Amino acid sequence: MEVPILKQGGYLIATVQAALTDADLLQLRRALIERVVQMRSHGVILDLTALDVMDSFASRTMNEIAHMIRLRGAETVIVGIQPDVAFTMVQLGLTLEGVATALDLEEGLKYLNQKFKTARN
Amino acid sequence: MAANEAHVGIKSDTDIVTARSQGRMLATGLGFSSGDTTLIATAISELGRNILSYAGQGEISISAVDGCGRCGILIIASDKGPGIPDVQQALRDGFSTSGGLGLGLPGVRRLMDEFEITSVPKRGTTVKAKKWKL
Repeated sequence: MEVPILKQGGYLIATVQAALTDADLLQLRRALIERVVQMRSHGVILDLTALDVMDSFASRTMNEIAHMIRLRGAETVIVGIQPDVAFTMVQLGLTLEGVATALDLEEGLKYLNQKFKTARN
Repeated sequence: MAANEAHVGIKSDTDIVTARSQGRMLATGLGFSSGDTTLIATAISELGRNILSYAGQGEISISAVDGCGRCGILIIASDKGPGIPDVQQALRDGFSTSGGLGLGLPGVRRLMDEFEITSVPKRGTTVKAKKWKL
């Protein structure tokens, strides 16, 4: 199932709504980087609230998305990782090193606003 | 098919999603906590991906098991692929021949309570992993 990507000011918000296949994850990666370029976005929020399984492939793809977007000069925040998912990721040895995370969409937006406010000053 | 077992043929990435949702359903039905249910679904996902990456296709069976008055779940991932030449190496963190993170098999071993792997070169690989309900 394709992940919808919404534009909100200078940010993009991608909200995962159902279980993702590997092909869906790769499609998300491609679509997000394309939209960041197209929209000249400064920030991306990846909302994983509805994601019930984060295995090594999903985790690697999220890492790749965040790092590709950083190379474009934009910032990614991953929000909404469920407690059970976080627990399993730690057991598996999966980390999202160097990737910003926040509790939910609201906190993610706050993080980006803060980041770009300090960048402007 | 009894309600406490499921068999899913693994030929594509959508089958992995099917297998993990079947596993989640079975585990929930057996009364596993939501945390353990997520562990089980994630283990199934890793095993399914191993099948696709190394053998191209195979099967995942999930069933309820009883042991010493405890209730558990058994995942069997089997394929008729090339087999793993060095099982001990495949169980080490960070070892991968598919370009992955190399966390698949050792990760599954950490997530589950019991883990057993048999692999015969050119004949295939079978992984059996159990999780007991607390």
